[in-house]
Amino acid sequence: MATKQTGTLARFMLAPSVVLLLIWMIVPLVFTLWFSFQQYNPLNPIRDGFVGFSNYALFYSNPAFIQSILNTLTIVGAVLLITVIGGILLALLIDQPMWGQGIVRILVISPFFVMPPVAALVWKNMIMHPGYGVFADIARFFGAQPVDWFAQYPLFSIIIIVAWQWLPFATLILLTSLQSLDGEQKEAAEMDGANFLNRFRYLTLPHMSRAITVVILIQTIFLLSVYAEILVTTNGGPGYASTNLPFLVYQKALLEYKIGQASAGGVIAVILANIVAFFAMRAVGKNLDK
Amino acid sequence: MARAVSTQSKVVATVASWTVALIIFFPILYTIITSLKSETEAIAGFDLIPSFTAESYVQVQDQANYFKFFLNSVLLAVGSTILALFVAVPAAWSMAFSPTKRTKDILMWMLSTKMMPAVAVLFPIYLIFNRLGLLDSRIGLMVMLMLINLPIVVWMLYTYFREIPGEILEAARMDGATLWGEIFYVLTPMAVPGIASTMLLNIILAWNEAFWTIRLTTTDAAPLTAFISSFSSPQGLFWAKLSAASTLAIAPILIMGWFSQKQLVRGLTFGAVK
Repeated sequence: MATKQTGTLARFMLAPSVVLLLIWMIVPLVFTLWFSFQQYNPLNPIRDGFVGFSNYALFYSNPAFIQSILNTLTIVGAVLLITVIGGILLALLIDQPMWGQGIVRILVISPFFVMPPVAALVWKNMIMHPGYGVFADIARFFGAQPVDWFAQYPLFSIIIIVAWQWLPFATLILLTSLQSLDGEQKEAAEMDGANFLNRFRYLTLPHMSRAITVVILIQTIFLLSVYAEILVTTNGGPGYASTNLPFLVYQKALLEYKIGQASAGGVIAVILANIVAFFAMRAVGKNLDK
Repeated sequence: MARAVSTQSKVVATVASWTVALIIFFPILYTIITSLKSETEAIAGFDLIPSFTAESYVQVQDQANYFKFFLNSVLLAVGSTILALFVAVPAAWSMAFSPTKRTKDILMWMLSTKMMPAVAVLFPIYLIFNRLGLLDSRIGLMVMLMLINLPIVVWMLYTYFREIPGEILEAARMDGATLWGEIFYVLTPMAVPGIASTMLLNIILAWNEAFWTIRLTTTDAAPLTAFISSFSSPQGLFWAKLSAASTLAIAPILIMGWFSQKQLVRGLTFGAVK
């Protein structure tokens, strides 16, 4: 039972985190909102000041805008799909009795430790390069024409790289959840004659639902702002084929120095993130209360 | 008979798991192998056996002083983690042991701050850092990394602390333990594993953070993420050198991760496993 004394103390203990995050959320956001209504270019001393919604209009009328939003959602959706389904399958596989399970786990978790720029560089040059990559070597071995992945399938290539980085995370959380499943329940289901698919569908999957929700939530947070992988590999191209919203904002701000437009894009990105967050949080909140 | 079948299925599971695991690990393995090749070997087509030359490593070290970047990475990762724990442990503690109606909302709100895309606020942050003289400073970056990882740290600690049974506290109180006695002698020993794995995850996240660490540094505070970006485009054609730089950038955290894997995985569940 929380007494009055511990209640007050609890609030004091909570305060630093809340205050810090409030400042961290509000201060930059207010600045960004302010700049989104200004004409501002750090290289150009002439400032027109307040320009109303024109930055938003310009950003919105940019042909890349809609595509970048679609690309953002495609990256989030596709990577979630690959990592959750792949993670479940991998977890089921690794959970089987086998020799060297410890080493298998170490090998599978490794991509999670690789920083995004290195992951992107390695995939770009060592694996997917049309001349010297391993995929090209394999293609030539079978007498096929090597594929220029980043030119022909830019978004798909980025999805593959990002999925590779996040598959370990999904697998490990799902594996831990799988291993916490009561062995007796499994045996009972087996005795009752439930086959593997039925056991999976009615016992394992419901048991893992909580873990799946957590995987989706955490990954969504990181996937909404994929950036280094795009910068290193396709630079958003060809055209805008692999530009997501954060990357478009980056282009406006740091390559074109259009701070006003970039800020307008930033505000839109924040709104999009909040819409996604709202649905993700609601789903998770419901699932975690169970 | 039954034993034979189980051995057989064990063989199948072993072969299948090792195959998949090696495919997943392959990009890392091949990078390490290529880093030990000469440049001509590196582009001579697929080959798993290098000539074990260290020339690429020497070149990388000549071009950029690896140890300076390494030291910055260590300082930033460890420093920001300690800062985050200082702020997060009390918060998670209070939410776990004195929950209110709004605890869940606060937790979800904290996580939602992480959904703000970094690029959206890069310019204001840059201006603020510039004004405060924090650009390219380790302290500024430490605070930054602490802030972006704080929600995850709070959540992870919260899910951990919540597993500690409240009855133990009551029992200690009955025995006349003071509040601080409770915290130091009863709760802390139970919370240490959770704090340890939270620390590990946060060190990994901070080590691999590749937006702010690149954008807010130039030379003095630049960590390994900046080190690797300096090798990215113009040197793209030197495969062995690029591989050596990549290996150097990920090796410390990879080795740490391998050794602490069990610890880390236990904490990675975020309350997903009951």
